[in-house]
Amino acid sequence: MEFFISTLLFGISVGGQYALIAIGYTMVYGILRLINFAHGDVFMVAGLMGIYLTSSLGAYLSPTTILVSLILVLVLTVLLGFLIERVAYKPLRTAPRMSVMISAIGVSYLLQNTATYVTGGQPMTYPAIPFLSDTITVAGTPIKWVVILTPFLVVILVVALTQLINHTKVGMAMRAVAKDFETSQLMGIKINSVISTTFVIGSALAALGSMLYFTTYQAVTPTAGAMPGLKAFVAAVFGGIGSIPGAVIGAFLIGICENFVKVLPFEGATTFVDAFTFALLIIVLVFKPTGLFGEKATDKV
Amino acid sequence: MLRIDDLRVNYGGIEAVKGVTFEVPEGEIVTLIGANGAGKSTTLRAIAGLVKPASGRIHLQAEDITGLSPDRIVSKGITLVPEGRHVFPDLTVLENLKIGAYLRTDSLEDDIKWVYDLFPRLKERSWQAAGTLSGGEQQMLAVGRALMSRPKIMMMDEPSLGLAPLVVKGIFEIIKEINRQGVTILLIEQNANMALHTADTAYVLETGRLTMSGTGKELLNDEAVKKAYLG
Repeated sequence: MEFFISTLLFGISVGGQYALIAIGYTMVYGILRLINFAHGDVFMVAGLMGIYLTSSLGAYLSPTTILVSLILVLVLTVLLGFLIERVAYKPLRTAPRMSVMISAIGVSYLLQNTATYVTGGQPMTYPAIPFLSDTITVAGTPIKWVVILTPFLVVILVVALTQLINHTKVGMAMRAVAKDFETSQLMGIKINSVISTTFVIGSALAALGSMLYFTTYQAVTPTAGAMPGLKAFVAAVFGGIGSIPGAVIGAFLIGICENFVKVLPFEGATTFVDAFTFALLIIVLVFKPTGLFGEKATDKV
Repeated sequence: MLRIDDLRVNYGGIEAVKGVTFEVPEGEIVTLIGANGAGKSTTLRAIAGLVKPASGRIHLQAEDITGLSPDRIVSKGITLVPEGRHVFPDLTVLENLKIGAYLRTDSLEDDIKWVYDLFPRLKERSWQAAGTLSGGEQQMLAVGRALMSRPKIMMMDEPSLGLAPLVVKGIFEIIKEINRQGVTILLIEQNANMALHTADTAYVLETGRLTMSGTGKELLNDEAVKKAYLG
């Protein structure tokens, strides 16, 4: 029983972290019909920035410096996401979608290679964040606070985001642009600024996700964004790409399943956990090709 | 009010509009008629800023608005009701109206009431998703949405397309009413009969060039127009 509870807690927590990344995938897809392959790497860069900023600001242990550096991480990650869109995607607005996707893959490698260059390829250790990194004992297992708090934070952020999209002017513009670029322009909407807003929101959530994720799993390598990014992408497809609630529910399900698969009582369960995640995706897509909450497959006219 | 000088626009590798010059006087209903592919839509799209003209000038009153972005054009007081209506299907009727006023920051209440008075059907369906409306209702919504920007000039691309004759009649009645309330109208139509009956000034566009102009009545009685467009 105790084992079950701690496995579930870890599953929900990592699921919440995937959810924060998955929202970025699903929102960008919703507006641009683009799989932003660089998104997982933006998440990794946010992790590295967390390490370098805290250490350059000095004291590891002062809560103020850590707070200041986390805010800086947030701002810089948002800036990075914004710049990637402006430099790598915006010039290709009228190009075939495949070209934009290749540009995204290029950005992904650029970020990974830059990270290798800066870190020398060595795994870096994410700093301990006061309180979040402290442990408490739940059901006999020591668990970091971040594990407990992640799902709550994710739910709050998702509710806030849904409110923004459904009840504000900019949210209305996002929904309009997602449906129809040209008619949105005729309404006076500047589609480029709406698209930038989408990247800003996605990157901010990826930055928050990186703080929670790397507080749990402290090693940051240049490819540290690849697997969580891929899982988050799977979660977004699983939930129905383009749908925010779908991505979040998909992410929680994947996080939970993954943690239970890891503890299955046969040899190699931990090794095969990633293959399992993708098998799950394939099964869902066989029965429900548009994912759990996906819109009917209609082509954009 | 709106003056188009020697406008040339390339579209899909061909010159779709080949040096068109015409004027839309303030307070009038002006129509461009012509066959499919004559360059009518491309002309409106160039005025709306959706495509950049290859050459020529577009003036609104004294101001040169050639090549401005669509949002700037809307803010100058020109709006386009697109062909095929293109309401936002997932947004409610009310949201569609609000998004028509996207650039405005003042209170929208009076104008929403104005649009609902013009189209009582929309008021009844205020909370419905626009995608659930009939074709005629969607056309009303597209017009109402355009009016929400408080335009000086409303351009309409084929408002009768795909609608039943009775509905078309209703739409044209509303166009005249909107015009009476002070909005200048630039209308393009394949339904030449309806358009010429409504318009003060009319132009005929053939393969990218203007070939005829006159009042709506004059063109209605013109033998060549009768033969080519009124069947």
